[in-house]
Amino acid sequence: MLTLCQALNRGLRRAMEDDDKVVLLGEDVGRLGGVFRVTDGLQKDFGEARVMDSTLAESGIVGTAIGLALRGYRPVCEIQFDGFVYPAFNQIVSQLAKMRARTNGRTSLPVVVRIPVGGGIGAVEHHSESNEAYFAHTAGLRVVYCASADDAHWMIRQAIAGDDPVIFYEPKRRYWVKGEVTPEDAGPPLPLDRARVVRRGSDVTLLTYGGMVATCVAAAETAAQEGRDVEVIDLRSISPLDVRTVEESVRRTGRAVVVHEAPTFAGFGAEIAAQVMTRCFYSLEAPVERVGGFNLPYPPAKVEEEYLPDLDRVLDAVDRVLAG
Amino acid sequence: MSTSTITSTADLPRTSDGCIQFVTPDGQLRTDASVDHDALGRLIRDLYRGMRLARRFDDEAFALQRQGELGLWLQCRGQEAAQVGSIAAVRADDFVFPSYREHAAALWRGIRPADLLRQWRGVANSGWDPEPYSFHIYTLVLAAQLLHATGYALGVQRDGSDTVVVTYFGDGAASEGDASEAMNIAATNQAPVVFFCQNNHWAISTPSSSQSRTPIHRRAAGFGLRSEQVDGNDVLAVHAVTSALTEHVRSGGGPALIEAITYRMGGHSTSDDPTRYRTDSELEAWRAKDPVTRVEALMHAQGWSDDAFLDEVQAEADELAARTRRECLALQAPDLADAFATVLADVPQLLQEERDAFVAYRDSFLD
Repeated sequence: MLTLCQALNRGLRRAMEDDDKVVLLGEDVGRLGGVFRVTDGLQKDFGEARVMDSTLAESGIVGTAIGLALRGYRPVCEIQFDGFVYPAFNQIVSQLAKMRARTNGRTSLPVVVRIPVGGGIGAVEHHSESNEAYFAHTAGLRVVYCASADDAHWMIRQAIAGDDPVIFYEPKRRYWVKGEVTPEDAGPPLPLDRARVVRRGSDVTLLTYGGMVATCVAAAETAAQEGRDVEVIDLRSISPLDVRTVEESVRRTGRAVVVHEAPTFAGFGAEIAAQVMTRCFYSLEAPVERVGGFNLPYPPAKVEEEYLPDLDRVLDAVDRVLAG
Repeated sequence: MSTSTITSTADLPRTSDGCIQFVTPDGQLRTDASVDHDALGRLIRDLYRGMRLARRFDDEAFALQRQGELGLWLQCRGQEAAQVGSIAAVRADDFVFPSYREHAAALWRGIRPADLLRQWRGVANSGWDPEPYSFHIYTLVLAAQLLHATGYALGVQRDGSDTVVVTYFGDGAASEGDASEAMNIAATNQAPVVFFCQNNHWAISTPSSSQSRTPIHRRAAGFGLRSEQVDGNDVLAVHAVTSALTEHVRSGGGPALIEAITYRMGGHSTSDDPTRYRTDSELEAWRAKDPVTRVEALMHAQGWSDDAFLDEVQAEADELAARTRRECLALQAPDLADAFATVLADVPQLLQEERDAFVAYRDSFLD
């Protein structure tokens, strides 16, 4: 059993062993091992040339990673907290995401941008945000969320091995939760761009990712005690979206609830709801419900539990889609 | 002495304000008698040829825009010495990250007119494959390329290569945060980068005096870079300074910043109207410092050129202009349906569905 944080660390280590072009860079990732210790011990074992403590400049981290990738390296950047990614926005959106299309498919930028994401850990402002919709809206990026130790380990390796830029979200509130990690010889892991059905059910589909997966599973188990059979899908990749898995499930259940931490207004749930509406319209028994943050700047820690979706708010939404 | 053998800038001739200058605006050579006269003559003829070809190409592209064949053009007129002097001073495998006005440097590296024009004709979002030319595509969002250059140089360092990375930017771009981040990161890592600033005095309508309280080259001290300021309209001085600082960087001395003082003779772009913000007298003053006519006067005074040479360059320039026009008119719009395959390494299901729907819709209008 490894924590999600340890699983990421092992995944990074394996990736660095597999390919000596893999380099890590970010604020405090070297000697300290990162503020969450995800890169703990890697600089000691791989050296300062491969695990670089960057200057305190997020645009600089991503911008130099692009240059390293153009030189043939496979950089993995750490953005220290979700709310610190905005200074790098131009480098991610205008440079990293567009390079392949601008060069007519000729130039790949295999850069992974790791971002500890989301709330629920009592942090101060700018340390609890869920900003995936910005990047999902940008063509040329893969945007993925791990939610378990097993996925953290395998998804980071897949992200690094792939040729596309990846925004790799790590839910902070799950960093210290332990889980089994599938051994090397257990066959190929689920592809990076595929959703996972984490709990089978026939009455309602919960569509979620990241820190909300565990909340949705708990909600499904509670609902089961009331005789409601709830399916939970961990989308894992929000861009590209595994719409086939979503469609197959909702056609079967006829009801869908999207759950994420980000504000529902213009959040990624809106895209899922639209996809479900056009693809599953004649199977739907109720309007698609969304459960997420309110359209507010992320609130102070003492009230974040009211802001974040929890088991009760998810169950309320399940009640609403089953009420019809 | 050939300027490519200069490794120190200490003894180079300077104007009263400390700017390195070899040739006065009226074509007088300021270097001493130890100069290898014939070698310098050969170099100056090469550089002159590069500048004349660039100017003729630039003029033709400007005309093509005015005739509606290009959507936009950004002239490099006035900056030929800064570009040709610097690109000629570095090795062919030194990797260049340009901004978007470095047409003279790009031509010097062998990039074809068609590839320089396709982006401005609106048929592509970039021009050429960087690898064979060691010359990255243009970057339009200012100063982003300074970080790419710095990251590339971090890779060069890790490869144990003696390649130097050269990146071009302007006095406007120097105000961007990415410029400061890049110089700081390069300095703290001692990365092999030459930051080449063409201070052309204008960022669209904003004068360089409004961009920076201190001369840009003086920032280098704060970051810990070697730096020099050079007369950017003096191709020999630019060549000498770039040679010296590139070798300084190549030998492990850490990154360097060159500020070349030059002037943007045209508007920012063909959509700009510079008469709204600058005076004719300023333009006249800079016309008198023109980098191309300066070299013509120098060559004439030193006996380095004759009519045959000038005629030969003229003929070559005319041929380049004709080729530029020919290649421009042959550039065809791409098929939008092909763009869907260029976004990611594969085509995801939703993107494939969008493409198929677009193609079906478009095809519904045929016949």
